[in-house]
Amino acid sequence: MNNEKVQNIDSNTACVNASAQQHPGWYNLKYTVVGIIFGIVFVKAEIISWFRIQEMFRLQSFHMYGVIGTAVVVGAISVFLIKKFNVKTIHGEKIVIADKEFNKGQVYGGLLFGLGWALTGACPGPLFAHIGAGFYAVLVVIASAVAGTWTYGYFRDKLPH
Amino acid sequence: MMEQVIQPWPWYVAGILIGLIVPALLILGNKTFGISSNLRHVCAACFPADIKFFKYDWKKEIWNFFFVGGIFAGAFIANYFLMTDAPIAVSPALQSELAGYGLSDYSYMLPKELFSFEALLTVRGFIIMVIGGFLVGFGTRYAGGCTSGHAIMGLSNLQWPSLVATICFMVGGFLMANIILPWILSL
Repeated sequence: MNNEKVQNIDSNTACVNASAQQHPGWYNLKYTVVGIIFGIVFVKAEIISWFRIQEMFRLQSFHMYGVIGTAVVVGAISVFLIKKFNVKTIHGEKIVIADKEFNKGQVYGGLLFGLGWALTGACPGPLFAHIGAGFYAVLVVIASAVAGTWTYGYFRDKLPH
Repeated sequence: MMEQVIQPWPWYVAGILIGLIVPALLILGNKTFGISSNLRHVCAACFPADIKFFKYDWKKEIWNFFFVGGIFAGAFIANYFLMTDAPIAVSPALQSELAGYGLSDYSYMLPKELFSFEALLTVRGFIIMVIGGFLVGFGTRYAGGCTSGHAIMGLSNLQWPSLVATICFMVGGFLMANIILPWILSL
């Protein structure tokens, strides 16, 4: 893989929607409010449960398919409406969603994440929710996930993309 | 009303609320939904080690740390104020399989026999917590996103690479849960 393409993925995975506008730091609290709702849903709908994830991958329950399926439908309708009516942000900025570019990482990385998802019974969001719910042993899993991300960054140029 | 709030929420309530996070983040500030990038921002902020992949202005992405801070707080609120003491309901088929591995604690959303500081010293606990966590961090970054960034945000925006990634997540998960995990749990 040539260097130019690696650069391209770099720009696609960080700061894609970096806004040109400058706001005071406390403006970021609006994202905290959205996060609070997300965290409550994670716990109340048992999405953070290892057992629910095992049921999903063994086809023993519809629950997680219902959650993810409904979320995608609601998300897709929302994105469609935002584009169709050219909805702006609350600060009047145009909404831009970067396209995802295909590379082999989505296959190799996707398979590896799938293995980890079924082992830990959690994707990154639920990992953070476990700490909030007071289950501190999961800090080990998060530390390991940070180490995994760092290791990917270290070997990135040598991996097939 | 409160009675329904403290019961487990059905999938359609959760699905609608999670789906609405996509337009909420876009309209509040042109942000795309994605959690696993935070793991990268942690590396960039704390251990950049002169690696190109971690040399960027992570402070521009600080909104995502605020978002994750909300997840902590929301999980805390739900767990301490909005829960019953009832054990989690699990399908009988899974219960009988797990009983074969000596797993029968349904008092929390994770089996405490596998997820605890003591379990780290067991072979299966170490594999599940440490190797599992590593695969989540390595795999999500290699794939360029996780369940939120690809399966929900990417599919909502009709991105075919996200569909490829989501299918691969599921293939890896089915393989682990049905073929590899039974062997690990018996260690």
